[in-house]
Amino acid sequence: MKALRKQIDKIKPHFEKGGRFEKLRSLFDAIEVLIFVPDRVTSRGSHIRDGIDMKRVMITVFIALIPAVLFGIYNIGLQYYQSINVEAGFWQMVWFGFLKFLPILLVSYIVGLGIEIIFAQIRGHEVNEGYFVTGLLIPLIVPVDIPLWQLALAVVFAVIIGKEVFGGTGMNILNPALVARAFLFFSYPKWMSGDLVWIAGLVKSEGVADSFSGATPLAQAALYEVDQMPSIMEMFVGTIPGSVGETSTIAILIGAAILILTGVASWKIMLSVFAGGLGMGLLLNAFAINPFMELPAYYHLVMGGFAFGAVFMATDPVSGSQTETGKWIYGLLIGILAVLIRVLNPAFPEGMMLAILFMNVFAPLIDYYIVQANIRRRLKRAKSN
Amino acid sequence: MSTEKEREPLFSAKNLKLLREPLGENNPITVQVLGICSALAVTAKLKPSVVMAISVVVVLSVSNVIVSLFRKSVPPRIRIIFQLVVIAMMVILVDQVLKAFAFEVSKQLSVFVGLIITNCIIMGRLEGFAMANKPWESFLDGVGNAAGYGLILIIVGFFREFLGSGTVFGYPVIDKIGLYNIGYENNGFMILPPMALVTVGIIIWIQRSRNRNLVDKS
Repeated sequence: MKALRKQIDKIKPHFEKGGRFEKLRSLFDAIEVLIFVPDRVTSRGSHIRDGIDMKRVMITVFIALIPAVLFGIYNIGLQYYQSINVEAGFWQMVWFGFLKFLPILLVSYIVGLGIEIIFAQIRGHEVNEGYFVTGLLIPLIVPVDIPLWQLALAVVFAVIIGKEVFGGTGMNILNPALVARAFLFFSYPKWMSGDLVWIAGLVKSEGVADSFSGATPLAQAALYEVDQMPSIMEMFVGTIPGSVGETSTIAILIGAAILILTGVASWKIMLSVFAGGLGMGLLLNAFAINPFMELPAYYHLVMGGFAFGAVFMATDPVSGSQTETGKWIYGLLIGILAVLIRVLNPAFPEGMMLAILFMNVFAPLIDYYIVQANIRRRLKRAKSN
Repeated sequence: MSTEKEREPLFSAKNLKLLREPLGENNPITVQVLGICSALAVTAKLKPSVVMAISVVVVLSVSNVIVSLFRKSVPPRIRIIFQLVVIAMMVILVDQVLKAFAFEVSKQLSVFVGLIITNCIIMGRLEGFAMANKPWESFLDGVGNAAGYGLILIIVGFFREFLGSGTVFGYPVIDKIGLYNIGYENNGFMILPPMALVTVGIIIWIQRSRNRNLVDKS
C-alpha cells in the first residue's frame, strides 16, 4: 500500500495544472480517491466533522444492493435452465447468470463513468461517487437480454440529460437510473416489455420455448390469468421472471434492513410506499370488477419492481422529498400511483418506474408547501404571544 | 431628413440585421422561447416541419406588411382585433392552399395550421415590430423571425425523423445503409413529444455554450 501511495505521489505533479497530462486530471483524481481516502482538511477554523461523506453513503447503498445482485445472478441462470428444461447445478446456474450479468454491468459502469470523467474535466471539478450506485442500479432494473448498445445509449441519456444538465450529482430532479430505464422503455419497447425478454435467450429461440411462458406475474395478472401466476412464496423468494435484480423481495428486504440500520435511507419513505401500495390494493379489492382487481392487496408488494423501487429508488435522497412530513406524502403517493397504473392502465404493465419519476417531479413542490406551512404556523405562534 | 431615409439601400446593414438576428442570437424558439407548442407537435417528421415552416414564413411576412401599411390609420384601441383579422385571413388562405395542393401534409398538420393564429411569435412581431416600422423592414423582420422559427423546426424534425423512423423526407436512409442488419433499431422515444422538448433543449444548450451572452445572469 505504501509503495502505491509513493508511486501516486510521484506521478501526481504531471496531472496538476500545467503538468504534462493535465487533460487526464479528472481520471487521475478519480482513481486516487478510489484507492485512498482524500486527505482534504478544512483550511481555516476548526470544525467537528463526522466521517460520513458521499463515499461512505454510496458504499453503504452498494453493500445493501449486493443481496439483490447475487440473487439476480442466480435467478438469471435458474430461469434460463428452467426455460430450456435442463437440469443444472447451483454453480452452473450462477456461472451462467454471472456471464450474462457481467457485460451489462461493465457497459453501465464504463459508459457512465466515462461521461462523468469527461464532464468533470470540462467543468473543472472532481469526479464524485455519484455514479457509483446508479451504475449498479441500472443493470438491476433492465431485462437480462437487453442489447448492450441500447443500454449504453440509455446510460448516456440518463447521465447527460438526467443529471449533468442540471449540474451533476446532487442537482438532478429525476433519479438517473430510472431515467435510463424510462428511456429504454419508451425507445425500445420490444426489448423492455412482453413475455420474452425476461429470460436469457428466449427472444432468439422463440420456437424452442413453445410450451414455456416467460411472462412475469404482472403480465399474467393483467391478462387475468391469475390461476397461472406463481405462488406468493415464489414471488417473495424471487424465483420468477423479471428484471435482473428486482424479483427477490427477500434480498431487497435484507438491503432495506442495511439501509435503515445505517440510517442511509429514509424508513419513512419505504414504509409509506408500502402502505400506499397496500392501501390502494385494498381499495381496488373493495371495488373489484375483474380478476386483477380482486388480487389480494399484498400481492402487489411482492410483484414486479414494487419492493425494489420502494427501497432503492424512491429513497434516493436527491430526487425524493427532503422534509420529514413530505417524505410520508411522497411515499404514500408513489405506492398509490404505482398500483393504480398497474391495475387500471392496460398500456403499462408496471407502474413503479412511472410513479417514482412522477413523484420525483413533485417532491420539490411537496417540500415547498411543507416549509411554507411550517413558517405560517410559527408566525401565528409568534403573533399570538 | 426624410429624403435621406428613403435613399437607404434595400439591404442595408441595419435591414440585414433584421433578417439575420432571429436566425441566431435572437431566435424566437431558442432564445425568446416562443412558439414551443407547435415545435413539439409537428416535428415528428421532416416534411410537416418544412411545410409548417413555409406556412409561418408566408403568414408572418405578409401580415407584417399589411399591419405595417395600416399602422397609422388603425386606432390603437382596436389594433389587436385588427391584427387578429389580418392573421386569421392569412392563416385561412394558407390552410386552403395546403388543402388544395398538399392534402396529405395538410391532414398530418391537422389543427396546427389553424393554430398558427395563436402562435405567440406572430402576434408578438405584429405588435412589437410592424406597428412601429415601415413595410419593407416589417417584411424582413417577418421573414427573419419566421425563418428562425422554421430553422429550429427543421433541425428538430430532421433528428426526430432520422432517429425515430430511420428516414429523411420519407427516404429510408438507415435501411439503405444496412444498419438494421447489424441490430440497429429505431428509437421509438424520438417520435413522442417529450423528445422534441429534449431536442430543443439540447439545441438551446449548444447555442448558449457557444454564445455566452445568451446565458441568463440570474
